[in-house]
Amino acid sequence: MTTAPAIELKGISKSFGPVQANKDISIRVMPGTIHGIIGENGAGKSTLMSILYGFYKADAGEIFISGQKTAIPDSQAAIAAGIGMVFQHFKLVENFTVLENVVLGAEDSGLLRPSLARARRELKALADEYELNVDPDAIIEDIGVGMQQRVEILKALYRRADILILDEPTGVLTPAEADHLFRILENLKREGKTIILITHKLREIMDTTDTVSVMRRGEMTATVKTSETSPQQLAELMVGRKVSLQVEKAPAQVRDVILDVQNLNVTDEKGVHRVKDVSFNVRAGEILGIAGVSGNGQSELLEVLGGYEKGTGTIIVNGQPIDLTGAKSDGRSRRERGIAHVPEDRQREGLIMDYHAWENVAFGYHHDPKYQNGMFMDNAAIKADTIGKMERFDVRPPDPRLAAKSFSGGNQQKIVLAREIERNPDLLLIGQPTRGVDIGAIEFIHQQIVALRDQGKAILLVSVELEEILALSDRIAVMFDGRMMGERLPQDTDEKELGMMMAGMNKGEAA
Amino acid sequence: MDAMPKWADVVLIPLISLILAAFISALVILAIGESPVEALKLMVKGALGSTYGWGYTLYYATNFIFTGLAVSVAFHSRMFNIGGEGQAMVGGLGVALICLYVPWPHWSLALLGGILAAAVFGAAWAAIPAFLQAKRGSHIVITTIMFNFIAAALLNYLLIGALKPKGSMEPATGKFPEATHLPSFQDMFSFGETALFRGAPANVSFFVAIVACVAVWALIWKTKLGYEIRAFGHSESAAKYAGISPTKIIMISMMISGGLAGMMAINNVQGEAERLVLNAVEGAGFIGIAVALMGRSHPFGVFLAALLFGFLYQGGAELALWTKIPREMIVVIQALVILFTGALDDMVRAPLERVFLALKRRKRKAA
Repeated sequence: MTTAPAIELKGISKSFGPVQANKDISIRVMPGTIHGIIGENGAGKSTLMSILYGFYKADAGEIFISGQKTAIPDSQAAIAAGIGMVFQHFKLVENFTVLENVVLGAEDSGLLRPSLARARRELKALADEYELNVDPDAIIEDIGVGMQQRVEILKALYRRADILILDEPTGVLTPAEADHLFRILENLKREGKTIILITHKLREIMDTTDTVSVMRRGEMTATVKTSETSPQQLAELMVGRKVSLQVEKAPAQVRDVILDVQNLNVTDEKGVHRVKDVSFNVRAGEILGIAGVSGNGQSELLEVLGGYEKGTGTIIVNGQPIDLTGAKSDGRSRRERGIAHVPEDRQREGLIMDYHAWENVAFGYHHDPKYQNGMFMDNAAIKADTIGKMERFDVRPPDPRLAAKSFSGGNQQKIVLAREIERNPDLLLIGQPTRGVDIGAIEFIHQQIVALRDQGKAILLVSVELEEILALSDRIAVMFDGRMMGERLPQDTDEKELGMMMAGMNKGEAA
Repeated sequence: MDAMPKWADVVLIPLISLILAAFISALVILAIGESPVEALKLMVKGALGSTYGWGYTLYYATNFIFTGLAVSVAFHSRMFNIGGEGQAMVGGLGVALICLYVPWPHWSLALLGGILAAAVFGAAWAAIPAFLQAKRGSHIVITTIMFNFIAAALLNYLLIGALKPKGSMEPATGKFPEATHLPSFQDMFSFGETALFRGAPANVSFFVAIVACVAVWALIWKTKLGYEIRAFGHSESAAKYAGISPTKIIMISMMISGGLAGMMAINNVQGEAERLVLNAVEGAGFIGIAVALMGRSHPFGVFLAALLFGFLYQGGAELALWTKIPREMIVVIQALVILFTGALDDMVRAPLERVFLALKRRKRKAA
């Protein structure tokens, strides 16, 4: 007799208005395995898991838990069925302790004290069993993201979850923290728990899962044994065509220093010291990549360079210092100095989501004389310009009248890139160039960045994706806690060393 | 991909909302014991049945166009200007001063002077809350409401003191000189024996209001400033990235808004009363909010909504005159219109979107 699958989904379909997020999806996950679900943004992974966790109701289809047909109308039912979920954005009460967060919503009675005492005992047992060490009395906002994630896992286990779903769990972790997480998952698996891992990172799938399902445009395109597939094959299944995972580039032809940052300090509105005495330079014809876990001062660094955060220190561009606090410290002045900026968050900064594509093409450059017609803006000229840019950057659909929010992440990013790159800047600031961008577009965007470098432009790249930093950069700097931890050449380093630096450890200490 | 064609968004939704509001109003009138059909007939006849009625409807509409545009411009930069009432009052003060103390040779110049004074005074009154918002983060809704009261108190003080003619028993300025009187519709459109718009207050300011609609449309959709105002209104973080100064946009959009609200005074103060009295604005500043909401902050929509509210105002006055329906009924009708077009927008929108989606899907299947 064969064992029943821990989870079986049969013919799940779900649509939101005109968008069919899930089309007739069937999947079987055996107990005691790690099952990966991989797919691009918008492929329907999160929708499927939300159905399993009771956030959405499927239009059609059935759910079986350990062979039993189960209805999951809400998350209470999911918990009762032994399903636990760790969300990409943690759902913790920041000013509660770890213990209080674990108990929250699962109290035994109206009195808190017995529940907390029981939870403390159970937490200790779980910590010993699975390498899930967390100080139960620590306040959430005082502990790191890796630790917070462990609290989320503990919450699920405390509720007797046998099936654990993790949605993009490594997005906010350092490589070392990610490794620790995967060790925890291995331990859980050994104890017979079933784990579903949702991710868009091929390497995580290859390293940790037993089986993997690929989703594309709402459909399940394949389910394969991880040992019988390759990253290349998975990428093709995700995108639906052949893709190159490597960035082709010639050696850098480096010339003069374009950007010279000396002793830059940034303190944000809340008085937190975000960038601490940072110095570096970028030369024409090279890409300087800044690696680091998000929230270590890279964003603020870009904001100061882009002209919307104040800083102290010296920044020299093309031999002339730029204004860091005064009237010339705004984005418009920066653009006039030949600095173009593809911001980290295109939806909050780079684009006005409700503006048409053509209005976004003028965004930040709307003072340009070629966009003016007397006292009015020359909207026809902007539209004509947009059509050209959409063609050259392969924006789909190539319709200038569509609102920015109607494009996919990759096409939104292409609009921003087209706008900034075609300004022919001396210095391009580019933050998270492929965040939320599908694999097919990543290839294109990387090619554009390298092409700009080969034209002799200076490029400052900030990314939390180590693979991207290693693939594109000619030099790599690592930021941790607002400081520069040091520079490496990509050929002389590896993910392990950079990962240590991202966690604040220098080479000597790490050994 | 939008769920609905644009015409449905702009025309159909307000229309359905309006019909719903009318339906519930009809129920209320029934409950009072009058016939809703008769009431509607009376309103239409009173407001639109004669040039006299039109003269009142358009007079009210002119007020609402100015205050509606004022709220719309501020809306585009996501500033909620509740201070139209106060800005219009202070605009009236500007008009009064310039009419009383400047010897104008002709009404056309006096009109230009009046426009300028009203706009400058209204803008200045809006500038203070705008500055507090931009520099201190004091919420614009709170400060503009407070400035309504301050404006009322200021006018009270001036109209029982410095501006009151000696010996007068009334809190009002003296009559403006003859040369500042604006031509009314009666002056403009009556010829020979037939007097049209007889005694109605509509005047040349109505055409200024139409010009203002066109100017606001061009400003918002055709100029760099309008582009920046809208960008800031959609996303402050993106505006900062693009080098658009929040302080500048808040100040400018609020001052344009205040200026437009102030300009209402050329209609009610210079055009109709020909002197400044207490409470000259009569709530038009607040009606402007409803007009802007219903007009989707678009000048053409504002124009139509202002006509509708002008009709409701005049028609409602007729109701109170001829039936036992109290004058307060008109406030109920207005409130229902605001409720359905503004607050309950989604109630109509969501089902309608579903209908259009279903239609689209069927069309695609057929194709």
